[in-house]
Amino acid sequence: MIDLVWLIPAFPLLGFLTLICLGKAIKEPVSGWLATIAMAGSFLSSLIVFIGMLSEENENRQTVFTLFDWIPAGDFKVDIGFLADPLSVTMCLFITGVGTLIHLYSIGYMHGDSDFSRFFTYLNLFAFSMLMLVLGDNLLLTFLGWEGVGACSYLLISFWFSNPANATAGKKAFITNRVGDWGFMVAMFLIFFNFGSLQYLEIFDILASNQIAQTTTTFIVLMLFVGAMGKSAQFPLYLWLPDAMAGPTPVSALIHAATMVTSGVYLLTRVNPILVEASAWSTGLIAWVGAGTALFAASIAVAQTDIKKVLAYSTVSQLGYMVLAVGCGAYTAAIFHMITHAFFKALLFLGAGSVIHGMDGEQDLRRYGGLRSLMPITAATFIIGWLAIAGVPPFAGFWSKDEILAFAWDKNPLLWFVGLITALLTAFYMTRQVILTFFGKPRYLDAGDAGDAGDAGDAGDAGDAGDAGDAGEMQPHESPWTMTFPLMALAFLSVVGGLIQLPFSSSTKWLEHWLEPAMFHNETHLHLSGSTLWVLALLAFVSVAAGIGIGISTYLKEKIDKQIFEKPILNNAWYFDSMVSKVMGGPGFQVFSAVAKFDKRVVDGAVNGTGQIVKKTASILRRSQNGLVRTYALGIGVGAVGLLIWFLARTTI
Amino acid sequence: METIVFLISAVVILSGSLGVIFSKNPVHSALFMVQTLFGVAVLFVLLEATFLAAIQVIVYAGAIVILFVFVITLLGVDSAEDLKVEPISGQRPLAVVLGASIFGIILTVLIAAVGGPTGAQEANTSIGDAVDNTRILGETLFSKHVFSVELTALLLTVAVVGAVVLSTRPKGSLISTLGGSRDDASEDDTEEKGRE
Amino acid sequence: MIITTTWYLSLAAVLFSIGTTGLLVRRNPLIMFMCIELMLNAVNITFVSIGSHLNDLGGQLAVFFVLVVAAAEVVVGLALVVAIMRRQSGTNADDLKILGG
Repeated sequence: MIDLVWLIPAFPLLGFLTLICLGKAIKEPVSGWLATIAMAGSFLSSLIVFIGMLSEENENRQTVFTLFDWIPAGDFKVDIGFLADPLSVTMCLFITGVGTLIHLYSIGYMHGDSDFSRFFTYLNLFAFSMLMLVLGDNLLLTFLGWEGVGACSYLLISFWFSNPANATAGKKAFITNRVGDWGFMVAMFLIFFNFGSLQYLEIFDILASNQIAQTTTTFIVLMLFVGAMGKSAQFPLYLWLPDAMAGPTPVSALIHAATMVTSGVYLLTRVNPILVEASAWSTGLIAWVGAGTALFAASIAVAQTDIKKVLAYSTVSQLGYMVLAVGCGAYTAAIFHMITHAFFKALLFLGAGSVIHGMDGEQDLRRYGGLRSLMPITAATFIIGWLAIAGVPPFAGFWSKDEILAFAWDKNPLLWFVGLITALLTAFYMTRQVILTFFGKPRYLDAGDAGDAGDAGDAGDAGDAGDAGDAGEMQPHESPWTMTFPLMALAFLSVVGGLIQLPFSSSTKWLEHWLEPAMFHNETHLHLSGSTLWVLALLAFVSVAAGIGIGISTYLKEKIDKQIFEKPILNNAWYFDSMVSKVMGGPGFQVFSAVAKFDKRVVDGAVNGTGQIVKKTASILRRSQNGLVRTYALGIGVGAVGLLIWFLARTTI
Repeated sequence: METIVFLISAVVILSGSLGVIFSKNPVHSALFMVQTLFGVAVLFVLLEATFLAAIQVIVYAGAIVILFVFVITLLGVDSAEDLKVEPISGQRPLAVVLGASIFGIILTVLIAAVGGPTGAQEANTSIGDAVDNTRILGETLFSKHVFSVELTALLLTVAVVGAVVLSTRPKGSLISTLGGSRDDASEDDTEEKGRE
Repeated sequence: MIITTTWYLSLAAVLFSIGTTGLLVRRNPLIMFMCIELMLNAVNITFVSIGSHLNDLGGQLAVFFVLVVAAAEVVVGLALVVAIMRRQSGTNADDLKILGG
């Protein structure tokens, strides 16, 4: 049954092709259901492949299915093939699962939007690209999916492009990603040059048998990390993610929480044999960048006022955790956190979307309050998501975060400390968000017009269920079943998600055993005693409790002044974004125009100059063709004499 | 005896050839050419190639040079060339160098070669003496090389036909459309002038 | 001194080089033709002298054919010269440079 793996990307591709041809004709909600059914089909195929893989032995679980030759260019041979192994199937499962739920959600969220079909066209294309990224058996196919998700991210972020700010956000995302893509491409060139192949399994075989210089592998790893930084929004290439909240909320949930941003971590995990061969300082660098990003983003999230921006920085922070795990060699922990994060972050984003939908487009946290009674399902699921991300046991986030912290302690206690502070901050700002939204007194009824849209103009919804108020007054309401059902499903998964990798004993570490064929025994072995692990877990729990406690006392009980935390520097993201704009616009621009001039004069000049040289040489040589017989006769004579002399010189007289 | 004849004919040949290339008047060149050809004929007799000597005089001196003289008369080329001026730069020095080097190379080979020229005997046919030469030549030609002889006959026919075709210029015929559509009027004038 | 074959050959060499030089120096097409004839004669001398030295008839046969071909060549060549020169009187080889680049 594993050979049905080609169905997994085929369904969304089919959905995309159908919708792009017939999208204008099919109106809502049929196009939405079509896309959702395509995703559901993909999910079913993933399940079938998964079940088929379960019945195989551990050794047989890594198979390559080649569809056809793509680029047969001499030494450079690339096929369209799928690598079906536990890692890719795991990714497919949660991508398609969460994706289906988000497609279903979008039917309700995008209701009434004039570009309804276009949205689902892009969503399906995105799903196809992401699945190709994950299932590809070689780096080029992964890169194809990589670029595809980048392009779809651009298309979807700037979905409401009539507002120029949205278009700019889309461009920013694409261009920042491009910087990362450069790193990926350089890594691909290096890999092909040194290994002779881009196929994963072949690369790993060559690594195992040959001695590739460590400087080479280090450089490859660094370049791949640059690519991962772009996609997974690590410092300094994280700038696009907060701006990407300009897109519709389902886009934020799917792309910027569950799938696209995880592709960087996936890439690094996939090439873990190369990471192992690289020098220790490069993986250490990865770990530190991850930890630093986590702390940095968490500190910014504390002072954000837009409900989606909080979640955006939270995503950057959680991605930092995953990258930290990869840097410590804890690949299973990274994947585990990726899965649980997909669940609870998608849940949080969809919940935020539900709140925005219910509040008719208002996104400012300061205008929320007391929505618990008016949106019960949203509130309950959001609270579950909050507990999961904060890391409260027994919800999913606790187990995954704790495992990462344990590995971090093993690598460097300072890393662990950074992770601990981040966990505290995470708990704090999520508590702040929950309290400001669902608890306290309703601030939306205060003076001031509350009906206009927030900073990014979501689709205002017309007919809501249970709306009985007047046209000008804010009436927060619960969302339709197409939106609440995914919330409940994701909430359930956030609760039980931790069960796949419980650290108590080897038999409960199911995910680790499952992912073994892809990890090639490259996982760092944890040499911590049981008591150390318990102490670490306890400390983590204490920090989480402290964060929640401080949050409650600041925002609910209002005992601590919130101005201590909501500093303007944090609100403006440490002024990093504006600094980048200043540098790039000012001295950066000088450098870029100089580079452009160089390109025009030197590079183009060399190419054109070659033509000029040929022209001049030709006009010089042309003078020998004067049409005079005597000149030609002279030429013949000279040639004849030359030949004679040559023959004379050869013979021995 | 042989030496004297050789030296005299050598002088004749060389002076004639120098005259050919140095004369201003083409008719003088033609006459010098006849002188050279006679010298060569004498040389042939010296080498016991009597038939060839005769043929040399009859064909070369007697037909070809006459043809030259006829054409000179027909075209009236008298002052078309100024020998003092050489329009192509470097042509004269290079020409002299070339001539000298060809001579030098051949001379080098001749002197350095040991034992004179060698070669495989072709027909095992000897030259025969001066009297018999014609008969032997004729026999060999028309037995072993009759095919080549017929070909040369064909060649001559073709050449004659070609010459006739090239030289006619009646108006309205194939030739004038091929060759001379431009200056038909001036051609008439030239021809009348030349036929004076 | 005895006239060996080398003498004949060197005479032919001189004749040949004189003919070459004349061909390259003169501009009158008819005289250029005559220089070509000189070169052919030099070759004829070579053939006959070597044939005599080796006592082989092949040399004389070659000369025979060279003679015939030379005759045919002169006929056609002079017809060409006539055809060209008729158009523009008083031209020489340097004026025929239509094929120049």
